[in-house]
Amino acid sequence: MFSELSNLLNTSPDKVEQGKLTLLCDVKTDGSFLVHHFLSFYLKAHCKVCFVALTQSFSHYNIVGQKLGVSLTIARERGQLVFLEGLKSAMDIFFRPQEEPHPLQFLREASAGNLQPLYEFVQDALKPVANGEAAWRCPVLLVDDLSVLLSLGVGAVAVLDFIHYCRATVCWEWKGNIVALVHDSGDTEDEENDILLNGLSHQSHLILRAEGLATGFCKDVHGQLSVLWRRPLQPTSQRDQSLTYQYKIQDKNVSFFAKGMSPAVL
Amino acid sequence: MAAVATCGTCTGSPGSTVAAASKNNVTSFQRRGPRASGSDSGYSRLVSIAGTRPSVRNGQLLVSTGLPALDQLLGGGLAVGTVLLIEEDKYNIYSPLLFKYFLAEGIVNGHTLLVASAKEDPADILQAGPVSSSRFGHYYDLSKRIPQELIEASKWHRFFLPEKISSTFNVEPCSLTHGYKRLLQFIQNIIYEEGFDGSNPQKKQKNILRIGIQSLGSPLWGDDICCTENCDNSHSLTKFLYILRGLLRASLSACIITMPTHLIQNKAIIARVTNLSDIVVGLESFIGSERETNPLYKDYHGLIHIRQIPRLNNLICDVSDVKDLAFKLKRKLFTIEWVQDNYLRQERNIYPPGFSYLLKQKDSAWGEGSLQHSTFLMSFLAKATAFASRLVRHSEPLRQTGSGRIRQAAGPRLWHDGRRREAPGLLVIPP
Repeated sequence: MFSELSNLLNTSPDKVEQGKLTLLCDVKTDGSFLVHHFLSFYLKAHCKVCFVALTQSFSHYNIVGQKLGVSLTIARERGQLVFLEGLKSAMDIFFRPQEEPHPLQFLREASAGNLQPLYEFVQDALKPVANGEAAWRCPVLLVDDLSVLLSLGVGAVAVLDFIHYCRATVCWEWKGNIVALVHDSGDTEDEENDILLNGLSHQSHLILRAEGLATGFCKDVHGQLSVLWRRPLQPTSQRDQSLTYQYKIQDKNVSFFAKGMSPAVL
Repeated sequence: MAAVATCGTCTGSPGSTVAAASKNNVTSFQRRGPRASGSDSGYSRLVSIAGTRPSVRNGQLLVSTGLPALDQLLGGGLAVGTVLLIEEDKYNIYSPLLFKYFLAEGIVNGHTLLVASAKEDPADILQAGPVSSSRFGHYYDLSKRIPQELIEASKWHRFFLPEKISSTFNVEPCSLTHGYKRLLQFIQNIIYEEGFDGSNPQKKQKNILRIGIQSLGSPLWGDDICCTENCDNSHSLTKFLYILRGLLRASLSACIITMPTHLIQNKAIIARVTNLSDIVVGLESFIGSERETNPLYKDYHGLIHIRQIPRLNNLICDVSDVKDLAFKLKRKLFTIEWVQDNYLRQERNIYPPGFSYLLKQKDSAWGEGSLQHSTFLMSFLAKATAFASRLVRHSEPLRQTGSGRIRQAAGPRLWHDGRRREAPGLLVIPP
């Protein structure tokens, strides 16, 4: 958890907003630091987390998590974290073609297109338990990242449907949160990805967009982050507000500063 | 403590398989300083496999690509369990060299190899590999071929696609192209049987599996992404890469793939392939391009682009500061050098020397024409002229700048040099 980012978003592990869909998006840079932020943030906030990790292995997330002060192994043992490791599951499905159902069983099918098993997995993982012996706060679904699903042959509409179902269940019914990362294809004209990104941008409550600098690589500024809130219109508050910060990723932290105000300049 | 013991045995044992290994340290990894005598046990445990070393930054086990210059650019080497994707140059002249370097490094270190190709016989690819020349220690001599006995002594597996599909051609409905499916099963078999996955512990010495896949995605693999923009199995390649990534992450192996990305019709696929690989290096040769005649590039054969560096077990990645790189194929050696890009060169004619570099250092978010940019330029000029006039007053001998080699002009220490002994190019002092 990067405290500076929490401050910017006006949240802390003590006061978690509920029922929100957060879209993380990266253009020409790697936005995975945002995933690590939200993972450690919700674990620290005692939320029940279902993490659909499609890009990296468990040990990767665990080691980075330890740097940020959370242990995924312990969280998993306590039942706070349900971890779906995409890379491992893909291997199991591909090399052991038994017909037992699996959340990612679309990999087995020639014409992929159904994410219903994955939705059922999320549903099972986050379902509130009646006997609250370990009372976790609110359920959270975290996906890293949705673009991989497109690469694996799932259509953009199927992914949007999946998110829609999850929203209805997790955000609305159980008052939980969803955080999902999507790569912005930029100028490569990836139509499917654009459909997915536009569709999600339309319905998310908060959009964090990490961009590489237009002027190229810089040692002291790794990119800029635009934060866009989409709140219901209230007469007292301002309308949709958007803020842009520049950031520098450090070993265990990310520092944010106003545009052009990098400590290296001042 | 068992880890330390295995290390003790391993340092001597690879010599039996590799004749050259006993003579000198043939890996392209070189230790900068003298070895610390009291290194901790964690360190020795990681070192216990020949031809590997732990990364300074994240403790990841690294293997060499065979080219020390490339290793340096990739943050020390190729991490075990990752994919290095080489984007082939237009005529596929230089990318096979990197491929062969990678395999030759494996042979010399006694790693197990797996060579997959749809075009050339894997045995031919191996034989054409460069040989480690004793004169240069860990450098490979491209003019010589690897000796036959060394190849015979090394352990390697061949996957030649025409051999694999000719026998039985029963196409079962699968989302993967037949060739890719066969290759994945082949790799998985070898990883499982020879115990490269940690799940069933190896009885003998731990070893690294080096996988080389040549021209993946080309029509010879039965993939039509190079032929049409909208094909039916456009997800085949990305799916293959995803499952391969899963295989590699769970085993002691490293993989190099060359891919003719300039042939892929749909640019969206290239972006997805990049996202699913770990390190992506692009080669752009000057042959047939207008850059061939550009005097700036006359010493080089092409440009090398480091497109992606992975973040492994870490928030940050090892990005080298040097961005503009060119390669040159000498008679015996493939070299990578820093070349100043055109943009900087043009800028040098407008701004005082050192300014563009300094601006880049400061904050590349300052666009040209912005307030910060012009303020900074003005303060720079004021300082520089004041300094220069002081020099003139004291009638110190001045050396004119800007006439030197390009490479010197924007070197990293230019600001200090510029302050110390160079007036900005505005003044001409008669001797």
